[in-house]
Amino acid sequence: MSYLVLTGIQKVFPGGTVAVQDFNLSMERGEFVSFLGPSGCGKTTTLRMIAGFEIPTAGRVVLDGRDMTDDPPNRRNVGMVFQSYALFPNMNVLDNIGFGLKVRKRPQDEIRKRTLELLSLVHLEGRENRYPYQMSGGQQQRVALARALAYEPQVLLLDEPLSALDAKIRVSLRQEIRSIQRQLGITSVYVTHDQEEALSLSDRIVVMSDGNIEQIGTPFEIYNKPATPFVARFVGTLSTLTAKVVDAGVGRVLIGGQEVSSGHRIAASGTETMLALRPEVVRLGDGGGSNRLTGEVLDVAFLGSVVRIRVQLPQDSGIVTLDTFNDPTTPPPGLGNPITVSFPPSALMPLDAADADRIFAAEPI
Amino acid sequence: MTSQQVAATIDQPVRKARRRREGEPIHKVIASWFILVVAMAYFFLPLLGTLIFSFRDRPWYNAWTDTLNDPMLWKTLGFSFLIGAVTIVLSIVLLVPTAFWVRLRLPRLRPFVEFVTLLPFVVPPIVLVYGLVITFSAPPLGLTTTEQGSNVLLVCAYVILSFPYMYRAIDAGLRTIDIQTLTEACQSLGAGWPTIMLRVILPNLRVAILSGAFLTMAIVMGEFTIANFLARQGMFAVWLQQISGNLAYQPAAVVIISFGITWAAMGVIAWIGRGRSSKVELTGVR
Repeated sequence: MSYLVLTGIQKVFPGGTVAVQDFNLSMERGEFVSFLGPSGCGKTTTLRMIAGFEIPTAGRVVLDGRDMTDDPPNRRNVGMVFQSYALFPNMNVLDNIGFGLKVRKRPQDEIRKRTLELLSLVHLEGRENRYPYQMSGGQQQRVALARALAYEPQVLLLDEPLSALDAKIRVSLRQEIRSIQRQLGITSVYVTHDQEEALSLSDRIVVMSDGNIEQIGTPFEIYNKPATPFVARFVGTLSTLTAKVVDAGVGRVLIGGQEVSSGHRIAASGTETMLALRPEVVRLGDGGGSNRLTGEVLDVAFLGSVVRIRVQLPQDSGIVTLDTFNDPTTPPPGLGNPITVSFPPSALMPLDAADADRIFAAEPI
Repeated sequence: MTSQQVAATIDQPVRKARRRREGEPIHKVIASWFILVVAMAYFFLPLLGTLIFSFRDRPWYNAWTDTLNDPMLWKTLGFSFLIGAVTIVLSIVLLVPTAFWVRLRLPRLRPFVEFVTLLPFVVPPIVLVYGLVITFSAPPLGLTTTEQGSNVLLVCAYVILSFPYMYRAIDAGLRTIDIQTLTEACQSLGAGWPTIMLRVILPNLRVAILSGAFLTMAIVMGEFTIANFLARQGMFAVWLQQISGNLAYQPAAVVIISFGITWAAMGVIAWIGRGRSSKVELTGVR
């Protein structure tokens, strides 16, 4: 039996705005699930319904067999980490972490012992007497994490906890969050709009758009087998190409006047369709697969160890982006030069809404 | 010239320039100082006149010794402080939860609540007290028929008078903390409303509440119309008015003493505010 179950969750705000509709999710004990989607997709509203800050218009929230849909937030035994840390400004680190235990009237000795344990877990030993305003953002968020874990909640909810931090701290803290979550085996729900965060942290990802679930899957499935055009577009970098279908039966298409194989049966012959490519499946030259396209180098961007090249295809049929490892001995191609790229037929993903249901679920040829 | 002297000579104009705000023309600085001096003179000259007048008695310190030895001074001050303290407690109990709830759950009601709290500026105290007496002196309450009843009515009137100061101070305090997130953080940690209010919201509003409390105390100490109408002879302002009719120099000394007390109270606010303000700042992203 699943540990945290959300069944038929719907949230309609006064005024008729539908924030979440028909949300169904079952989580196992100890699982780390991320809600990923753009702003306004309903991910935070769903998290707040698990926390009890919002009451679902319809549906049930069941935790470890107990229906807690109508329970107030303070009776749910759910820990929450906020984007703005939400540390109590009038309390020092020790009092902040021990707040949940004090509320539960645990003995003083136990509170102190547990608080110091958590301080050590988040690597903040020796800072117990500091006030929030005396700490950096990263340190404050560690305290907030320790505070949310101190009373051993059944579920840990994290609402974009790293959004307010700079890039370097974000990366180190997200690894730390995952390591602590694994260490404690606590079931966690993480809300983010950052795909990299979701992909690197999660056991499973729920991709949301306009209040609906687009796909639930492992990071591998979400990235490599997107279930809808939205997921394909939202997760990872995507080159979108306009193609004319030459032979729908065998999936042959023309992109910029060059015939390639789409690897799928697609729209009727003679029609136009949209196809997409991930940068990592495209290679410079002929070695990437049986499909080849020639275009002009539009721009070259150094991203450290990776060089990102954008190739403009003829007849305004699109721009192909590809990533290659930086090789100090080989200079990148010059802007405007003709260049050939290659990729396997299976790498072409269909994006047209009309094709999507048929093709994303379809068997390759 | 030693190197230190050279450095000092070079530093001097730099320091002067820093004293003025960088790039600010000299005539603007002079104008600022002129306005400040005029404002200070406007405020302090009457006080200085009153102080000098209080020393005209013979011997010169007579008004001060008479005042300080007058048991009524301490009696009326004590009673006014007591009424002020009860008013402050009642205002806090009434207005902190109101302002908190309006900000948290009923933001649309804010303009209405603000309007209500500003009514004491619109309704003159004489109208207010007349309304209170008419409403609450009749049976079954009959509040004005007993000493305690009149005191209760006096406190209620002062609570209303303190609305604009207390509410605005609390509201300004609430604006500096993210009460929505702090409340949710408390709730997720298992806290109920009493814990949220007493252990998180109130401590973070300490400076704001203190500001409102001292303003309320200043109003209670100086208010005459309502106290006189309710025949509260023990109030400081009523006693001051009484001695002003009979004595020449003593009231001047009393006025200076009352100003001294008020300034001391303001000093306490500033001192407490300076010590705590940084701790009350919201942390993280707003």
